[in-house]
Amino acid sequence: MRVTTPQMGNLHIMLEDLFDRLGVEYVQPPASSTKTLQIGAQHSPEFACLPLKINIGNFIEALEAGADTLVMAGGHGPCRFGYYGIVEERILRDLGYDFRFVMLEPFNDGAWAFYKVFGSLSPGLSIRKLWKILKASFGKARAIDRLHKRALQLRAFEANRGDTTRALHQAESIMAESHTPGEIEAATAESVAVLEAVEQERDRDVLRVGIVGEFYLLLEPFSNFGIEETLGRMGVYLERSVWVTDWIAPNNDNVIYGYPKKFIEKKAEPFLNQNVGGEGRETIGSLVNFAEMGFDGVIQLLPFGCMPENIATSIIPRVQQEHDIPVLTLAFDEQTGRAGMVTRLEAFLDLLEARRRNRPDASLQSGTAATV
Amino acid sequence: MRIGIPRSLLYYKYLPFWKTFLTGMGAEVETSPLTNKKILSRGVEVAENELCVPVKAFYGHCMALRDNGVDALFVPRVVSVEERAYTCPKFLGLPDMINAVAGSLELPPLLTPRLNQREKPREFKLQLIDFAREQFGLKKLEALAALESARLAQKRYQQGLVNGRKPLDLLPSSRFNTPRWRPPAEKRKRIGLLGHPYNIYDGYLTQNLIARLEEMGAELVLPEMTDHHVLMKAATDVPKQLYWTYEKEIMGAINHWTEREMVDGVVYVLAFACGPDSLIQVLIEHRAKVHKVPLMSLTIDEHSGEAGLVTRIEAFIDMLMRKKTAA
Repeated sequence: MRVTTPQMGNLHIMLEDLFDRLGVEYVQPPASSTKTLQIGAQHSPEFACLPLKINIGNFIEALEAGADTLVMAGGHGPCRFGYYGIVEERILRDLGYDFRFVMLEPFNDGAWAFYKVFGSLSPGLSIRKLWKILKASFGKARAIDRLHKRALQLRAFEANRGDTTRALHQAESIMAESHTPGEIEAATAESVAVLEAVEQERDRDVLRVGIVGEFYLLLEPFSNFGIEETLGRMGVYLERSVWVTDWIAPNNDNVIYGYPKKFIEKKAEPFLNQNVGGEGRETIGSLVNFAEMGFDGVIQLLPFGCMPENIATSIIPRVQQEHDIPVLTLAFDEQTGRAGMVTRLEAFLDLLEARRRNRPDASLQSGTAATV
Repeated sequence: MRIGIPRSLLYYKYLPFWKTFLTGMGAEVETSPLTNKKILSRGVEVAENELCVPVKAFYGHCMALRDNGVDALFVPRVVSVEERAYTCPKFLGLPDMINAVAGSLELPPLLTPRLNQREKPREFKLQLIDFAREQFGLKKLEALAALESARLAQKRYQQGLVNGRKPLDLLPSSRFNTPRWRPPAEKRKRIGLLGHPYNIYDGYLTQNLIARLEEMGAELVLPEMTDHHVLMKAATDVPKQLYWTYEKEIMGAINHWTEREMVDGVVYVLAFACGPDSLIQVLIEHRAKVHKVPLMSLTIDEHSGEAGLVTRIEAFIDMLMRKKTAA
């Protein structure tokens, strides 16, 4: 059995670790590329959202590379994501591929079913052992998420362009090699040290921007043309509202983001007091949150046609009436080009700088230094 | 109090219920006119660009009701109409989306009862009773009476649909959707018309599709002609149940039709950028292929041209006619 999953950001590091512990052979699909998207878009319904198209491309490339078991996460709606698996399986079977398809439904929708999925992949696995394995893999993933968060904050201050990204890759490979709890702890300390050692110019006056929006677009740099790194290199301090381990953790306390789901929902309440699936409500809540923290602006990322995010986009103008904060909404599909995105980012940052100049009292330099 | 109900989206499903319920509470109910050019273009102007065309039209209908001077707009938040399921996410957020433009468009106050049967199906009643008490100051018994007559009105409506009447025969009727002439019965083909009621019965959004198909010789088979429970049961052949009730009805309809050989062909109408439809489209097309039923998917948006649509349905119907003759 050769198991594969779709690519998403740094999730593969965690999955590699998880399947290794489970004793299952894991085939990592080739990193998402233009070719992946091309294959995916060709076989997907026209206005399915972008993540589905990339998923299909990932699966096809993994099947070509010899995978025979596809694992896909599920959900209970109302966002389309929860039904991706069924549709993806249908598309791939119609293309003539032969494989075993496994849907992994969220832990909160049924712990027993959740266990059975892993049990079917790794025969003889006890609940106790699965728990230990998940805990270890999760701990490692959490450490990696922390590194990424730190990199978003530090990149704006790096003395030499590209240092932070290089340090982050190095830190990630240190993490990837750790296995036992002791090693993970040591690797975490070492990787943090690597990242912190990047030479910085702390007195730089940087813009602070929050990134909100749809889960996949925020987590997969391929789908958003590496927007975070692009902004970081333009000297922007970033905070992001969505993290892999925050999403996986069943208790919704959002340790990495730093604001529990309940808190964010409360912020969204005056504007959108209803779960509309995906991150619709969280996008509004985090927008309010960033505005209240005095961020210079917020960027919303979404796949074209994303239902929950379109609801949020429709409501954002009203949020802006009450919280004076510029928002840039960027929708992505297979037609989107990088140059168009960069032009819009540049224009947006110009606007933010102009606002900063016109409000000298609101200089956030000290605030930035305090959070870093 | 005059309450406006936009003639859009769930209007086509639940108007008899809502109208009777609101009237029973002592309100006067007014519906917006049929979708027309002005309504749609005003909706397109204010609505977020990526939304599907029926939701854009909804904005326009709200503005039309404002112009008619209603005292309140009825925009219920229909979260779920069935246990462990949802409606479309856009219905979940609709009151908030309308509310976001209410200030700048000077819309009248919104009435937005939350209807959620996802956890407990029977809560629906309590939610409406609470709504009646809070908004209209009714006593519980009075609310129950209004609720009961609304339920009966809805039941009559659905019975009428199952008996083969079209929603537009039963709802305030229209100049759209009436064929000028029809070929004799023996020359007609049975065409299943698949899609959301708010698309296929909105004569403006779908360019009078129903009448056109009938004029070309279609004997229409509609999802509403089959009992809801039968459709739901027919849709259970997938490894994971659909969690959108209305899409499940569509899946159930095509499964039911193909299983019983009720149709010679299927026309599937979907709105551009419709989220749930973009996924079930794959399953529907697969089903039609397996059962060798010709299927044409028609995507509609606010730019749909009449000529393109007519050419496509003509070609499709011609193809069906020849197919039958050849066999």
